[in-house]
Amino acid sequence: MFHIVVCGSVAPDPLQTLEPVAGLAGPGLKNEMLLPHVLDPWAAHALYEASALAKSAPGSKVWLVSLGPKAKLQQVMMTMAQKVPFELVALDGPAGGFADATETAAALADAVAGIAGLDRSRLLVFGGWESATRCAGATMQLVGERLGIVDQFVGVDQMTVLPDGSVRLIERIDGGRHQVSVCQGPPLVIGWATGYLHEPPNNPQVGMANMRTIMPALQKAKATPLAHDGLTLTRVELPRLVRTTKVVKDWSPDEIAHDIVAWIKGA
Amino acid sequence: MDTILVLLHTESDASLSTSACEAVGAASRLGGELGVQGFSVGMIGASTQQALDGVASCGATRFFAAEHAELAHSRYATDAAAAEAVCRASGATLVVAPMTSRWARTLPGVAHRLGGRVDTHVTGLGATNGVVSASRWFYRQRMEGSLTRTQRPWIILLDPGAVAAWTGAAGAATAARVPVDLGAALTRTTVTGIEAPAAGQQTIRPDADLLFVAGAGWTKKQADGQVHSADAETLILDFLRASRASLGSSKSLVDLSGEGQSVLQFLSHLNQVGQTGSTPRHPKGLATCCHGEEPHVVGWRFITERRAVNLDSNCGWARGKADVLYVADAFAIMKKVNELLADGR
Repeated sequence: MFHIVVCGSVAPDPLQTLEPVAGLAGPGLKNEMLLPHVLDPWAAHALYEASALAKSAPGSKVWLVSLGPKAKLQQVMMTMAQKVPFELVALDGPAGGFADATETAAALADAVAGIAGLDRSRLLVFGGWESATRCAGATMQLVGERLGIVDQFVGVDQMTVLPDGSVRLIERIDGGRHQVSVCQGPPLVIGWATGYLHEPPNNPQVGMANMRTIMPALQKAKATPLAHDGLTLTRVELPRLVRTTKVVKDWSPDEIAHDIVAWIKGA
Repeated sequence: MDTILVLLHTESDASLSTSACEAVGAASRLGGELGVQGFSVGMIGASTQQALDGVASCGATRFFAAEHAELAHSRYATDAAAAEAVCRASGATLVVAPMTSRWARTLPGVAHRLGGRVDTHVTGLGATNGVVSASRWFYRQRMEGSLTRTQRPWIILLDPGAVAAWTGAAGAATAARVPVDLGAALTRTTVTGIEAPAAGQQTIRPDADLLFVAGAGWTKKQADGQVHSADAETLILDFLRASRASLGSSKSLVDLSGEGQSVLQFLSHLNQVGQTGSTPRHPKGLATCCHGEEPHVVGWRFITERRAVNLDSNCGWARGKADVLYVADAFAIMKKVNELLADGR
């Protein structure tokens, strides 16, 4: 049995055009509240992995702790609720790329610690190893530290519970390799990379069951402003360089191949 | 006045990585801009002397070493304890470290223990009028920003390949030994091994001059209405062998198989570049059969010279993003390219 808490928030749909704008509280995205959002891709992988693990370990339960603007959380939960069973713990606050990982982690850790009935000895804290917004790759470790968990894994592609209760994990490391570790068991923090599970199909029955708890959770979402203490973003801009692309048409494959090989060889 | 520590770890063979030397270079330049007298180097590993000697002449005035057999492997609990001890021993307010997978996993937690802050994926570091500024990308390389912080200590993780590496002669460094207590509570995790492609089958080469990006188009129906995945695999692998290029995939393996498409068998998760993959740094990049606008294009954001082969002359992957776009069939082109490379021409 595991108690699995997935930390994950919303991010603008990756296919949207993003443009930074300066606001009173620092930089933000142009029309941010109008952009369609999704559950952060790596956090979504973490949620799917959590659900699969909970299915295989009877008595397990999955929570999703999410810090984001309440309206956006509600929009995203309409979709995510149909994917896998979970109980939402919602925090109403900023989720953009310019929020500070330390403050975000503090809010998430407090929310995890406040979950009623949570068995900390069987706790697995899941999340994406990086977000699609800040891309810090730091939040999960900070959450783990605040919860006193020192067995932490980042960039995980696979987790297997072994017959003796220990856990085998495969983490991405430098040079296109994986590191394999075995941990004695929970509590663990796991920052997921892509994993091997596909996005589950929508299941209206799961959606209806989830929405019974999601709507009340959204209604009582605690206001969680982030102070950005000591952090100043002095500049945020889109890459300015647009390349002048030379379009080569009507060359034979032989001509193109010669040109490419000459370029590769530095001619 | 800030004081600087370059925090490094040894590689499995007790050597130093290129990214470690980049962190030394960045710290040295930052010290000069801040006008501080020297900086410190902290080293963690099972055996640190060889690596310390390698940076003995880098301009550091103090060296610290945390050595322990348990530090031979990369593991959060032991690495964090050792890094925390070295940071405390140095008393540094700025900690500059390479963004290796080992430090990326560990140093955010160390920042918390020290009561400081951490910034990752930093691509530029400098100081103006005594104020330290770091630049990094947001929203998966879609916009760039600069930031400053008042909190200290401030741990700054530099992305590999983003700054010039320090180079210099080896020497003899004398380091203060930092004791680290790595008890049973910190060794609940055992590193059992590394999974890497067999020699000759390696497709990810971080030090390669060329990134070859294989798009989803390789596994889609071609002009004859058929899928030619086996031909695609042969062409791509032959090219990688001949060119020693690193391979990137523009779409995730999970997405491809989930959509019922055939998959290039040699692709792993680690090949993926882009929104949910990596953004490697190579001098040159050749994209083939890649499609899509932002955000997919971020996969080759940090490629200096870019060329693309695509049947669509208006493809958003290439227009305005590549230097040269060849409008042609990648199967035919790569076949010829492989022939030329095999002939040594």
